[in-house]
Amino acid sequence: MEKRITLPLTEELAKTLKAGDSVLLTGTIYTSRDAGHKRMCEALARGEELPFDPKDATIYYVGPTPAKPGAVIGSAGPTTSGRMDAYAPTMMSVGARGMIGKGARLPEVVEAMKKYSGVYFGAIGGAGALLAKCIKSAELIAYEDLGAEALRKLYVEDMPLVVIIDSEGNNLYEEGRAAYLAKQGK
Amino acid sequence: MREINVNLITDVVEKLCIEANVHLPSDVKCAIKNCRACEDGDIACGVLDNIIENFEIADNECVPICQDTGMACVFLEIGQDVHLVGGDLREAVDEGVRRGYTNGYLRKSVVADPVRRGNTGDNTPAMLYTEIVPGENVKITVGPKGFGSENMSQIRMFKPSAGLQGIKDFILEAVETAGPNPCPPMVVGVGIGGTFDKAALLAKKALMRPLDSENPDPFYADLEKEMLEKINQLGIGPQGFGGKTTAIGLNIETLPTHIAGMPCAININCHVTRHKSEVL
Repeated sequence: MEKRITLPLTEELAKTLKAGDSVLLTGTIYTSRDAGHKRMCEALARGEELPFDPKDATIYYVGPTPAKPGAVIGSAGPTTSGRMDAYAPTMMSVGARGMIGKGARLPEVVEAMKKYSGVYFGAIGGAGALLAKCIKSAELIAYEDLGAEALRKLYVEDMPLVVIIDSEGNNLYEEGRAAYLAKQGK
Repeated sequence: MREINVNLITDVVEKLCIEANVHLPSDVKCAIKNCRACEDGDIACGVLDNIIENFEIADNECVPICQDTGMACVFLEIGQDVHLVGGDLREAVDEGVRRGYTNGYLRKSVVADPVRRGNTGDNTPAMLYTEIVPGENVKITVGPKGFGSENMSQIRMFKPSAGLQGIKDFILEAVETAGPNPCPPMVVGVGIGGTFDKAALLAKKALMRPLDSENPDPFYADLEKEMLEKINQLGIGPQGFGGKTTAIGLNIETLPTHIAGMPCAININCHVTRHKSEVL
């Protein structure tokens, strides 16, 4: 059964989400990956403001393909989140609660998620054509020189996601695999 | 002696870059559908359904299957009776990549320097491999390679005493370490033998071989089947959410090697295992 959720990702909403939940997410999200995160964290270190308000924000780790003429965006599936582990606790410390990506996270990211009520959602890696269908608008907001890695503000409707790690630190990668193996009697 | 103008190679590379990124090969589609039929968990089935829907959208709307349209790995098998004319071959291939990634609205994912970074803006240079073969044809294969899975690849220089068991353990270790990161279900390319560099190339070439084919040596064909089965008992499952389908294929390529060694490389790919060829 899929849960429909609407952003912003407030602390109250975050706490209702549990690892393994399938959700359909609607609202405004921001795109950033390696180079964008590096710049944002450098800006924060200098005491500068971010290009968007991080409070209760959700960041999608994605570098889309260029939009074809008439299209909102190109293919837009998640990139491997682990490369953002160095930056994620800093982003959560200023209020960015949601992360959308794929792949494993370091223990320090999970600790930060417990501290700041963060939620890590998984989008299906390699399903960029399908995920692009949920993106209804896309606006470039900063770091245009980074090309695919520039910061974009997206409005998404019913984006199909799975909660991988919840705000209590429960982890679908561990639980889902253990449940499958238990069922096989291993 | 047959003359082939390198401009023709540019045109074909451009076309193959676009087609490979938009249309998943039929053997890969077939393997995914077969795995879907055998999967039973709700989340695992849902993921595989979405993956199938995704490559169908890409086919129908001519959009990239995945946003990581990869580094362009280009393999040229050049007949020894061919004379390439009209310009520099390397530049002709790069021009094909440049046009393919620009005209096909593909993502430019290449940085000019591995340490100092800086996007080249046109996805060049290609990772180019040339081989001289008998005949008067040129076979061009383009295999765009995404880095979510490339980053999970491994190489190890075994002592010969490690034997077959060493190879088997290494394959499972590599898949286990990769876990959810390379967008499972994955395809595993294994290269055994040769030198350090040749083993890695063999592993890459293993990924280009159709998934419904097998190694011509029955010893390695059996090993391919055995290791695919063992990988699919790990429980990692589609996207790492748990399930039966951790890999949809495993191919092994081998070469003779030195008396003192047994190199083994494992090149991991995702379910978007792309390659497209054309013969001139």
